[in-house]
Amino acid sequence: MAGTAVRGRLSWSLATVGLVVEETRTVRTLSLDVAGWPGHRAGQHVDIRLTAEDGYVAERAYSIASAPGEPPAITVQRLSDGEVSGYLTQEARPGDQCQVRGPIGGYFVWEPAFGGPLLLLAGGSGIVPLRSILRHRGFTGSSVPARLLYSARQLADVIYRDELDGHSASGDVRVSYALTRSQPPGWTGYARRVDDEMLAEVAWPAADKPLAYVCGPTSFVETVAAGLVRLGYPPVRVRTERFGATGA
Amino acid sequence: MEPLDGRAVKGSAVEGSALDGNAIGGLLIEVFGAEMTTASSVCGSCGATRQVAELAVYRHQLGSVVRCRGCDSVLMVFVQIRGITCVDLQGLASLG
Repeated sequence: MAGTAVRGRLSWSLATVGLVVEETRTVRTLSLDVAGWPGHRAGQHVDIRLTAEDGYVAERAYSIASAPGEPPAITVQRLSDGEVSGYLTQEARPGDQCQVRGPIGGYFVWEPAFGGPLLLLAGGSGIVPLRSILRHRGFTGSSVPARLLYSARQLADVIYRDELDGHSASGDVRVSYALTRSQPPGWTGYARRVDDEMLAEVAWPAADKPLAYVCGPTSFVETVAAGLVRLGYPPVRVRTERFGATGA
Repeated sequence: MEPLDGRAVKGSAVEGSALDGNAIGGLLIEVFGAEMTTASSVCGSCGATRQVAELAVYRHQLGSVVRCRGCDSVLMVFVQIRGITCVDLQGLASLG
């Protein structure tokens, strides 16, 4: 196919920061007020663009943390050298403005009609689009059974913990945690990285024709996706979203 | 734009880890004017058909390189400079 040059379309909208929630020591959720927001699907993302006073522009992609029907919100983890995440997690205040483009993506999305059973697997801040999916499932009264396996370094790094434990306590979703670096005294969850044995214990049997969503750092996603395929999951039933060290 | 040399070179020449086609969904909307992550792509080298979201994306300072997850061939290159996006789709047999 031939190459071409395209002049950028005017696809950016102005977003105003609304409610800010501190999720963990390094993670915040920012609700965004975007005029004319067309609504989003569970699992989609937005691009955020910040322009410095000297005209320097930085763009990053962030998964949408809120459910369809709610205002768009992003959950951002501060990275040690993150020029965008540093601003969003430390400086941004309600009323501040940035540019947003989206919603984006039609692959890593879930709708009740897709069915399940749902198997959600998160590594670190890979929980964000899965939280949107879980909320969407809850708000729509979907009866699709769901399980979540969430890998984090330590309990203090678990994002949305109260909300997830609420699902767990009500028996609505079976939530399993894998704490890879340190565990609190008396911890009864997993205390290692995700491996095939853990997946075999947590995952729905392949015979149930589950639908899996895997989101996290590249190494996590590849380990999990390959493990699910070894358990008999057809690759087309394992949807993946990887993010790099520079933050998704 | 001239085609990249060595488009069939294996991924060893690529730094960093690959993201998914999803990561450039916004850029693709800007270029094509439509949601492209679920569009079907056919690799010009090995013939594999995949949704764009399933392709491997390597982001660089100047733009993004999209490779086949099967054979590592370069499928698409996007370079952004001064508000212009240069697009090379010559590694694709088809997209749509």
